[in-house]
Parts: sequence; C-alpha cells; structure tokens
Amino acid sequence: MIRIENLVKTFGSKRAVDGVSFNVERGEVLGFLGPNGAGKSTTMRMITGFMPPSAGRVSVGGHDVMESPLAAKRLIGYLPENAASYPDMTVKAFLDFAAELRGLEGSKRKQAVNRVVELCFLESVLRQSIDTLSKGYKHRTCLAQALIHDPDVLIMDEPTDGLDPNQKHEVRNLIRTLGKKKAIVFSTHILEEVDAACTRAIIIDRGKIVANGTPEELRDMSELAGAVTISAHGATAEKLSELGRVEDLGGAFRVYPKDKRQSSELARAVVEMVAREGWKVEGMYSERGELDEVFRRITLPDTVKR
Amino acid sequence: MRAVWTIAKRELRAYFTSPVAYVFLVIFLLLTGFFTFTAGNFFERGEASLAAFFGWHPWLYLVLVPAVGMRLWAEERRSGTLELLLTMPVAPWQAIVAKFIASWLFLALALALTFPAILTVNILGDPDNGIIAAGYVGSFLLAGAYLAVSCMTSAMTRNQVVAFILSVVICLFLILAGFNPVTDLLTRWASPAVVDTVAAFSVVTHYDAFQRGVIDLRDFLFFLSVIGFALFATGIIIRGHRAG
Repeated sequence: MIRIENLVKTFGSKRAVDGVSFNVERGEVLGFLGPNGAGKSTTMRMITGFMPPSAGRVSVGGHDVMESPLAAKRLIGYLPENAASYPDMTVKAFLDFAAELRGLEGSKRKQAVNRVVELCFLESVLRQSIDTLSKGYKHRTCLAQALIHDPDVLIMDEPTDGLDPNQKHEVRNLIRTLGKKKAIVFSTHILEEVDAACTRAIIIDRGKIVANGTPEELRDMSELAGAVTISAHGATAEKLSELGRVEDLGGAFRVYPKDKRQSSELARAVVEMVAREGWKVEGMYSERGELDEVFRRITLPDTVKR
Repeated sequence: MRAVWTIAKRELRAYFTSPVAYVFLVIFLLLTGFFTFTAGNFFERGEASLAAFFGWHPWLYLVLVPAVGMRLWAEERRSGTLELLLTMPVAPWQAIVAKFIASWLFLALALALTFPAILTVNILGDPDNGIIAAGYVGSFLLAGAYLAVSCMTSAMTRNQVVAFILSVVICLFLILAGFNPVTDLLTRWASPAVVDTVAAFSVVTHYDAFQRGVIDLRDFLFFLSVIGFALFATGIIIRGHRAG
C-alpha cells in the first residue's frame, strides 16, 4: 500500500531524512522507532503529503503523493504529532467536520461518526468542547478523526504519547485489530509497543534506516539473545566458561553463546553440565534479547556524538 | 467546491463560538456610529447622504479588519491544525479561498448591521439610494482587500500580534499612497506620471469613486486583483512553510 523510495528531506544543510526506502503492505503494522529528531515525524509528514520531499518518491495505494495528492490523501488517515484539533469545537462538531471533508454526507456521515465514537470511547464527551477535555480524550478525538473514513492506510505519530497505561493498552489493541485489514505506520519510542502491536519495526537514526525486521529479528541482534542465565548451588564461573563467555551477576551467572546461531545448543549444554556436576538449580532461563538494548546499541553512539 | 463550503462553515462558526465576533461587531458598530454622527458632523452637513459614514471606513477598517484576519492562518500554525487541514483531501487553494470567504462574509454581516444609517438618512431626507448602494459595494470590496492582505500576513507567522501589525502597516501604505498630503509631497519632486502611478495603488483613489456613485469596472478590477494577488501570495507562503 505504501511505497517509499529513497526519500530525502533537507532543511538547510541538515539532512533530516536521508535516503529512506521501505514498503508497507495491507495487514502490516510497522513500528517506526528512533531517538528524538531522527526524522520520524518528517518521514510521516512526507507520506501524508504535508511536506514535499526534497528527493525520492512516496506512493500510497498506487497514487504518487506529489503528483496526485488528493487521491493519495483520500486513502490515508493521519494522527499528527500532539494530536492537534480545533479547541473551540465540540467533539461532535469536529468529527462532523472531518467526515464532511472526507466527503461523507447525510446518513453515511452519521454512521461514520457513530462508529468512531464507539471505537474511541468518546460517547461521554460528545457535546464538550475540545479544550475542556483531558489529554487522553483529546488524543482519542484526533484518533477518531483519522479513522472516520475507514482508511486503508493509517499513519500515526506517537499515538500513545501522553496516555495513561489503560489508554495505552486500549490504543495498542485497537492498532492490532485495525492492522489486520489496513497498512499502518506508527512512530513511538516506547519499545514495548513494538512487541505489543507491530508485525515489523524500523529503527531510524539521523535520517537513515539502521534496522528493519520483525520484533524477533531485531531482538536477535541483541548481545543478550540466546544467552543462558543460571543460578545454582555449586556452579562456578570457571566451569561454565568452557561453554562460552561468562558474566558474574552476583549469585547468578550469564553464559553467552560462542556462536549466536547455536544458542539452543548452549541451553542444552548448560543443562547437561548441571546434571554432570550435580548442581542444585534455583533458576535458569534462556534470554530472548532486549529491544531496549538493541535500540541503544544502534543509536547511542550517534546521540553521544551529537 | 463542497470542501470550500465545509471549511468556510467551520471558520465562520469559529468566529461565533469565541468572543471575537461579538466584540468585533459591537466595537465596529459603536465606532461607525461615533465617527459618522459625532466626528463626521453628520447633522451639520445638512445633506441627505452617507458620505460622513463611508468617509471613515478606510481608517476604521485599517485597525479592525486585520483583527479579523490575523488568526486565520497564524492560529492554525500555532496549534498544529494546519497539518490536519492540509492532509485532508483538500487542495491548499480551497482552504485559502474558504477561509477568506468565511471572514469576508463575517465582515459583510458587520457591514449589513449598519443598516440603521440608511434608515436614518431616508427618514430625515431624500438621499440617492443608488449612491448609497455603490458606497456599500465599495466598502465591501475595500474590506475584502484589507482582509486578503491580513490573510497573507497571517500566513507569514504563527504569532497573531505580528500578523496584525504587519497587516496594518501594509494596509496603511495602501491608504497613504493616494492620500492628499502624501501625493502633494510627491508632486514636489516627482513627475506627474510617477505620482499617478503611486496614487493608482491606493485603495482610497478607487474607493472614492464608489462613494461618488460610480461603479467603474477598473475600480472593481483593482480590488479584485489586490485580493487575488494577496491570496496567491498566501498560497506561496504556505507552500514555503510546508517545504520547510
């Protein structure tokens, strides 16, 4: 649904987005990760046609965003950063306005508004003006606006920013449900969200894509992936180091595999050693790798340099 | 076309859901009343016309119209709704025209509410209502020209105060270019052709024709081209922001 080829955006001499290419198909939920200022919002603004790219192409549903902007924009629902909306309007008036701009009239508009009101739990604040709402409600009002025409493509800039944990949970569930039938791109810097909602994630840093894969694939890039942590009576670092590099965690040992591809063999080898040596195991688990660590390792050096 | 109407409707409603509309209408009507009947010596003139009424409009609008227009784009940029609006399936020109039309209609309403002035002259005397009608057309066009300039300055900044001041300055230039003291000053050292050219840029020259009851196509075109130019410039400025 979304095709991005070599997208570049320069602001003065700064390359905010530098040769980004990726595709998103229907049924995919793409998490867009990166430190602040990495170019996430800028990329999204180019996908939605708000900003013209300095170079490269974006097409949505086969329509080039620069050449036939209206056709492309009709397919997109967009939740901008900070969920901007008109503060002096009521929620109802705002959603009616969005529906009308999307070409929904009469009973169709009523249906559309009712549908998103239910989806985003806005029933109780329908007649309130937006500036009297709490941040969570404001956010969901803007999200409702993005969903009003049941778009094929959904672009969301930090959809869970400023929500409480319950609301975050709801929004993630919503994204996952919607993602079955739509192509979704959302940006975040909360890594657990990638696990909770994404089928694929891209990490972007200083305008460039530095990692692209499923959450599992990204996790496998972690140092930690495949390591075995064991705490057992009698276990010694010396003995364990036969199997790989050992880290003493104080009361427990972490064994890193010599070769990442053989991480399952490492676990088996540890179990065998335990049996052989007669250690009393208190706990033992195989590490999955942490996105957090991958993210930091990929993006930190640059952040420090800056 | 429907998108234009949708945006215009929202914009017009926005005036009335905030105090802006009411404050503006009350102040506008009070000031027109004051300038016409007190400062304009309406009764002492002894003539059945609204010359005293219309004569003040270029100056009154100078302050009041930028106050109506200053929020149009500055507010959208400040609150971030510009991004929302321009990612809707709407062409930028539609949004620009819609916002302009909405605030122009609002000014038309303000102007329409001055109808007691027409009643007054008609009760007291026997005025030429054709001239009065032409006066209203001129006043409406003048308001439109100022408003288009305000649209343009509003798009330049996210700060409404800056938009207001810039707009007042540009509109002031549009008045002064044809103001007698200024043209007199110019005639001392510039050729008549230059003086005429500068004066032709003045809204006052064209506005006065309407007040004499003359609806000339050229004056019409003058105002429409000021509006067209300013809105076109608005489009370029907005495109500039989006390009970063």
